[in-house]
Amino acid sequence: MTLLPVLPILIPFGTALLCLVLWNRPGLQKVMAAVGSLGLLVAALILLTVVRREGYLVLQAGGWPAPFGISLVVDLFSALMTTLAAGTGVAVTFYSLSGSDQGRETQGFYSFLHWLLMGVCGCFLAGDLFNLYVWFEVMLMASFILMSLGGERAQLEGGVKYVVLNLVASAFFLTALGILYGMVGTLNMADIAQKLQRIDQPGLSAALAMLFLTAFGIKAALFPFFAWLPASYHTPPVAVSALFAGLLTKVGVYALIRTFTLFFTQDFAHQLILILSALTMITGVLGAVSQNHFRRILSFHIISQVGYMVMGLALFTPLALAGSVFYIAHHIIVKANLFLVSGVVRRLRATEELAHLGGLLRTAPWLATLFLIPALSLAGMPPLSGFWAKLFLIWSSFQVKNYLIGAIALAVGLITLLSMIKIWTKVFWGKVPDPWPDQHVSQKKLSLPEALLLYLPIASMALLTLMISLWPDLLFQMAQEVAAQLLNPAQYIEAVLGGGA
Amino acid sequence: MEILLALVVGGLYTAGVYLLLQPSPVKLIIGLGILTNAVNLLIFTAAGLTRGKPPLIEEGLSRPIGPIADPLPQALVLTAIVIAFGVLAFALVLFSKTAKITGADNLDEMRTSDP
Repeated sequence: MTLLPVLPILIPFGTALLCLVLWNRPGLQKVMAAVGSLGLLVAALILLTVVRREGYLVLQAGGWPAPFGISLVVDLFSALMTTLAAGTGVAVTFYSLSGSDQGRETQGFYSFLHWLLMGVCGCFLAGDLFNLYVWFEVMLMASFILMSLGGERAQLEGGVKYVVLNLVASAFFLTALGILYGMVGTLNMADIAQKLQRIDQPGLSAALAMLFLTAFGIKAALFPFFAWLPASYHTPPVAVSALFAGLLTKVGVYALIRTFTLFFTQDFAHQLILILSALTMITGVLGAVSQNHFRRILSFHIISQVGYMVMGLALFTPLALAGSVFYIAHHIIVKANLFLVSGVVRRLRATEELAHLGGLLRTAPWLATLFLIPALSLAGMPPLSGFWAKLFLIWSSFQVKNYLIGAIALAVGLITLLSMIKIWTKVFWGKVPDPWPDQHVSQKKLSLPEALLLYLPIASMALLTLMISLWPDLLFQMAQEVAAQLLNPAQYIEAVLGGGA
Repeated sequence: MEILLALVVGGLYTAGVYLLLQPSPVKLIIGLGILTNAVNLLIFTAAGLTRGKPPLIEEGLSRPIGPIADPLPQALVLTAIVIAFGVLAFALVLFSKTAKITGADNLDEMRTSDP
């Protein structure tokens, strides 16, 4: 029971270690990876139910009381994010079991997959800012390796940009940490929140807010900082892309929401975030329109969707924050699923260029259906989950009479629909192109177990999307509870400092 | 002393950012190295400098006598150094492999994956 908050870190840690030990036994590694990811999901679900009942779970590592030791703090937001991460982990692990990549499997693919999951879960559970930095680095290191594993030219070139920009972000984060420590003399997030209120140095604290905004903005792919994402996300194997698309930018968004609800609640910071979110939405969606490569279109849409999530943070009302949380949950499921669909298309046709695709509706009707659910949901067609997510956000923007951002969000949703329709018409409608761009890979048939492993994660995520679409109130209620917790930092401080001391 | 170190930190940031903006991968790596070290020095300086007082409590006492050095920033810097070392080592290998495969030692020529 007391160990429950560490389990989402320990399980992927153990799995990754075992996968390393079984280096020469790829078959056993697969079993381990699958079991480990399922175990992580179970642990995360238990954590979620317990936290929902009790409000906060705090673990003081080594028994050191709160501001001195390292705390792991699980509030509902952390627990929800951990569950989503674990779910994506399960889907991606099972998807990659289909053996599309024998070369990478022997190079420790599954091990690094679970290191990555450990880093992501660690980020969500950290209650200490320096601890958050360390988990960020664990996650980044694993993602660097997954990004470049295989060593294809595009991968390495994308990897260079990804690595350098993320290192710069880490430098910003660490700079902010150092200055913050000099100011308040503590790194425990609850303690910082408490002490920052008492310190009357508006200039320095504004500068700090901007440093954190830059650091997390780079990781979340916010407007001026997103260049690394479209340059790199389409290069690694699809399973890796899906994992990155679902989780990594969302860790940045999580950190932004955490810091800008707990530490920096100044008006101007949220004003700035609002402007950035509008620009992020617009540039992302326009970038997507100009692309003709399946995964590049999807990558640009990640950017525009991050704009929506951050928009809820910027509006900073209970409904807007709940909308943000709802959006994150919806987005992780839908976006990872779309990437997995693009992977099946790639398996069937060996290309992702829209110009060389076509006619998949006739040859793979189920795949077409499974694409349509997340694609329309992403664009926000009622009654799918994306519609509810956008509805809450736009509604909240109208509530605070900020019609401009609401209008932008609506327009961006329309353009998203446009580019989903573009994929649909070019990939699924039309004739099977002739001749094949790559002659030796002609139309491939998937064997039954292969098809099962590829389709099962996609179908379950589509099912989950449908469930959120039909019963949005379940998730929305939870999102509202999350928002209530986020808007009440006093509770968080009390839970960490009061309970542990 | 703080002012002197602040100037050094500023100078290191400047040098690091300047090198990051160069097209050569080698300069970029050196820039990253300088930048991470600048950050370490900044943490050290921002946390306050105290002269030669180890944070040890003498026997029989429950608190130290007089001001002592804060041990936490040193622990932070140590962790940051280790992380930066690992990441830089990885970046070096990545860059050398990339240079071998693309045959270019200029970042402007590594654009096949750009949108």
